[in-house]
Amino acid sequence: MAVISSGFGGRRGASDTRLPPGQTLVDDWPVLTAGLTPDIGAHEWTFTITTETGAQHRWDWNALQDVGVEDIVTDIHCVTHWSKLDMAWRGVSLDRLFENVETSYDYVMVRSHGGYTTNLPLEDLLEGQAWIATEAEGEPLTDEHGGPARLLVPHLYFWKSAKWVREIRMMPSDEPGFWEQNGYHLRGDPWREERYW
Amino acid sequence: MTSPLRASWHVGRVARRRRETASAVRLELDVPTWPGNHAGSHLDVRLTASDGYQATRSYSVASSGETTRVILAVDELPTGEVSPYLVHQLAEGDELEVHGPLGRYFVWIPSESERSPVQLIAGGSGVVPLFAMAAAREHEADHAEFRLLYSVRTPQDVFFAKELSALSKTTVDIVYTRRSPPQSPRPPGRLTRESVAGFVFPSSVAPRIFVCGPTPFVETVAGWLVQLGHDPAQIRTERFGGSG
Repeated sequence: MAVISSGFGGRRGASDTRLPPGQTLVDDWPVLTAGLTPDIGAHEWTFTITTETGAQHRWDWNALQDVGVEDIVTDIHCVTHWSKLDMAWRGVSLDRLFENVETSYDYVMVRSHGGYTTNLPLEDLLEGQAWIATEAEGEPLTDEHGGPARLLVPHLYFWKSAKWVREIRMMPSDEPGFWEQNGYHLRGDPWREERYW
Repeated sequence: MTSPLRASWHVGRVARRRRETASAVRLELDVPTWPGNHAGSHLDVRLTASDGYQATRSYSVASSGETTRVILAVDELPTGEVSPYLVHQLAEGDELEVHGPLGRYFVWIPSESERSPVQLIAGGSGVVPLFAMAAAREHEADHAEFRLLYSVRTPQDVFFAKELSALSKTTVDIVYTRRSPPQSPRPPGRLTRESVAGFVFPSSVAPRIFVCGPTPFVETVAGWLVQLGHDPAQIRTERFGGSG
């Protein structure tokens, strides 16, 4: 049973039905980062998928562009209670990057420059649900927002969309990443308010 | 309190409220089911309107340890949704829903074996979780050396002014960006890389560093620390801004 705060009216947006519970609409784009902001140039950036056999599938910046960049319009939801609707992104679908990857493992650990990690079930990355994003709102991703490239998994809380992504490593079982070890939920579905465990 | 403290929803009652600065209020909440919290952790405050509409925001906790008296210091964001209510309308005796304790990363835990010096660097109301760490340090007889560098607009904007001046185990340096106190030897001005170098522990003693404040402040200061030779792995940051 909720405690009613008399005199509290709140500021309600017009599009409340698109906001998951406990979220508030923002117009700007807040920054949430645990440590420092790495400075990685596109020319030195690579992205690797590593499987259980040790096989590695690697793309540098140009190879990633050649896979095919697509436009994405999506809402994003941060665990710190803000949401941003109808953001325009560009990126490469993970369906394309996983096309030739053979694995029997069901989970991944995502690794970033700077040491950040986050865990996901593989099924949350496929079927048009996830991208390696390189642009947001018509501009290349800035350092503070994860440039030159970040993971984009907009149907989960945004800490899963790892900035400065460099590797996806297949895992046989679900192991907690950085924020997950620090009290955040293993999966992070905003519609179920899977914020903390 | 070495084991993880499980977060859950609690109902607290405002035991005491007082003005903290011109724009901020200090709230002391009695939360009978609160399990205690590490210094530096935060909680979510959820407000519910009479028609069921809810709004939730995160706030750092200024208190720590095994206590059910939870202290917050909330700065008003004039265009915010929750902070103006907390600063102007919430009264002593009112109930409030809180979820926590949250955060196991931006915390200082006295029982950890790590004994390297601790440097705290605050911008504005970012001092709240760092004050909790310095206050926790007071209760430890034999522990790491602490310093707090606090960047704030004017003397009237200082959070926990009385408590900071009473700290015996933390060296406190306050830098005023807009207006200094009359007797101050330093003219008002923003931090620079050189002034930061003069205030903080040198990289040669490998301090652990906690930086909290608005995003531009944290980004700028953390960048200088790396340029000054500090190990990025020793620097923990917490940013705020965007939605109050």
